[in-house]
Amino acid sequence: MIWLDTLVQGILLGGLYALFAAGLSLVFGIMRLVNLAHGDLIVFAAYLVLMGVTMLGLSPWIAALVAMPLMFGLGWLLQTVVLNRVLGKDILPPLLVTFGLSVALQNGLLEAFSADSRRIPAGSLEGASLNLGLVTVGVMPLLTFASAIAVIVALNGLFYHTALGRAFRATSDDAVTAGLMGIEPKRIFAMATGIAMVVVTIAALYLGMRSNFDPSIGPARLIYAFEAVIIGGLGSLWGTLAGGVIIGVAQTFGASVNPEWQILAGHIAFLIVMLLKPRGLFPRAVD
Amino acid sequence: MYRLTTRTRAGTATAIAALVLVVAGLALPAIASRGVIQDLFFILTMLTLAQIWNLLAGYGGLVSVGQQAFVGLGAYAMFAGVILLGWNPVWAIPLGGLAALVLAVPTAFFAFRLQGAYFAIGTWVIAEVTRLLVAQWKTLGGGTGTSLPREATSNIVGTDMIRTLFSVREAAARDILAYWLALVLVVAVTGGIYWLLRSRLGLALAAVRDNVEAARSVGVDAGRIKWAVFLIAAAATGLTGALIFMQTARISPDAAFAVTDWTAYVIFIVVIGGIGTIEGPILGVIVFFVLRSALADYGSWYLMTLGLIAITVMLFAPKGLWGLISARSGLHLFPVRRKLVGLKIEGGNG
Repeated sequence: MIWLDTLVQGILLGGLYALFAAGLSLVFGIMRLVNLAHGDLIVFAAYLVLMGVTMLGLSPWIAALVAMPLMFGLGWLLQTVVLNRVLGKDILPPLLVTFGLSVALQNGLLEAFSADSRRIPAGSLEGASLNLGLVTVGVMPLLTFASAIAVIVALNGLFYHTALGRAFRATSDDAVTAGLMGIEPKRIFAMATGIAMVVVTIAALYLGMRSNFDPSIGPARLIYAFEAVIIGGLGSLWGTLAGGVIIGVAQTFGASVNPEWQILAGHIAFLIVMLLKPRGLFPRAVD
Repeated sequence: MYRLTTRTRAGTATAIAALVLVVAGLALPAIASRGVIQDLFFILTMLTLAQIWNLLAGYGGLVSVGQQAFVGLGAYAMFAGVILLGWNPVWAIPLGGLAALVLAVPTAFFAFRLQGAYFAIGTWVIAEVTRLLVAQWKTLGGGTGTSLPREATSNIVGTDMIRTLFSVREAAARDILAYWLALVLVVAVTGGIYWLLRSRLGLALAAVRDNVEAARSVGVDAGRIKWAVFLIAAAATGLTGALIFMQTARISPDAAFAVTDWTAYVIFIVVIGGIGTIEGPILGVIVFFVLRSALADYGSWYLMTLGLIAITVMLFAPKGLWGLISARSGLHLFPVRRKLVGLKIEGGNG
């Protein structure tokens, strides 16, 4: 039954990757923006939560709640002041700007918090586990996975049942026509990035509670997140979850063969999916 | 009679100045200190990488974030040639270019199926996979890396001659050799790109970059051109990687496949200088080096500043510093624009 255990652990790990990816999927789906600073923004949010815990003495959950509006504001500002200016048919300018942001953020964090690896203390949750008969799972991974599903349900609710969501979808399909219908694409984009940063804060909370982090780990998280988004297909949030799970399962199976193959196995799963389905498994939007 | 030409007075002047600079550069080790030679080596190799990335992204429209794959593999192939085959490091450098070329074939097969942003991420993933696979190569030190053996670094081709010529010690002679090779490489790469852009292939390349459908409709084989550019760029990047790590004589997967060193810096150089021009990377590498020297004592502030400058340039001067200069003065040091000369327009009253 070891393979079943590996499978379950992999699926749960996929939840974490889906959380990393959900915000990216939202932004990528709506404005085709490749945010290369996404991983570093997750790390930034993790430090923000950590500061709430260590300096204000808050519990991690409350600290994350406090960080959310701050991150929303940051995302809104980032989109309004910087990213909206470089969005266009050419993908190069936004790519370069976010690459610059990524390097600036990494080194800013390094200067502010040093290269020491940190962790958000999660109290009794850290080692807790649940016996489900066939397999035993950690409470923290289970909670991560449940949060990933909750985030995706909430985002889908927003997407398909609110006026803002309608504007998101309309802008995603055709920004020019949406503009003719009285939607201001740039304001929509700013809202989308703001919401993505709220999701980033949730991802950061679990990243920080589950493992150590330091200013340099952002790009690796970005790659996992991007792989999940691309495997899932443009604009499909459930697809993003599926993508996260595929990478998570590939990684745990890879690690069970040889611990050094964990990350490699995830990347190879991504390459195989891309070879078979270059547009991902469940593409919603046409690009 | 009329003909097409790209020749301008500024272009000719640049060619003469470049020739003088190269000759002076070759003679420089006679008077320059070892520190200066090492700095110049760094500048020249970064310039080479910047010109190559500029060819890919600025002219070919191939925005790769995975060039570190070719730097790293090129460097490792050179080390393999020295350590496993016992080759002289200088002769093992072409092996680096070859290995990068070989890696570029499956990479292109894979990445060319992806568009735009997917292409960028796809190349990055391939670079990561290459890094992780190379880290499994235990004979070359695995994850911790290895050094060139003492007997290999002590009798590199040409160092004896340099030692007697400039009466320097062995390590300094190795730096001078690496510097000369870097000078040759940067001239070959810049000259090669300039030649390419003035040729029919360059015209086709510009057409494909500006509008794929329109280029196809006049008979340009867009796919073949992208393949050609990608493979040439990979091989040249592999050569550069091998040369860089011949000079350091020490390698590890993290250093050889560093996305920051071999792709982020390179992209910043191209962007700050001006993408899509040959002058841009040259100006960019100077700005990069001046910043690096000025902020050397401030650690990570330097990188933060570099990132912020790249953002600012992209926002306010998307064509970079050279774009600003060129727009004001109309100056093109490496003219690639085709002009009609000798054409007399007659008629209208007949």
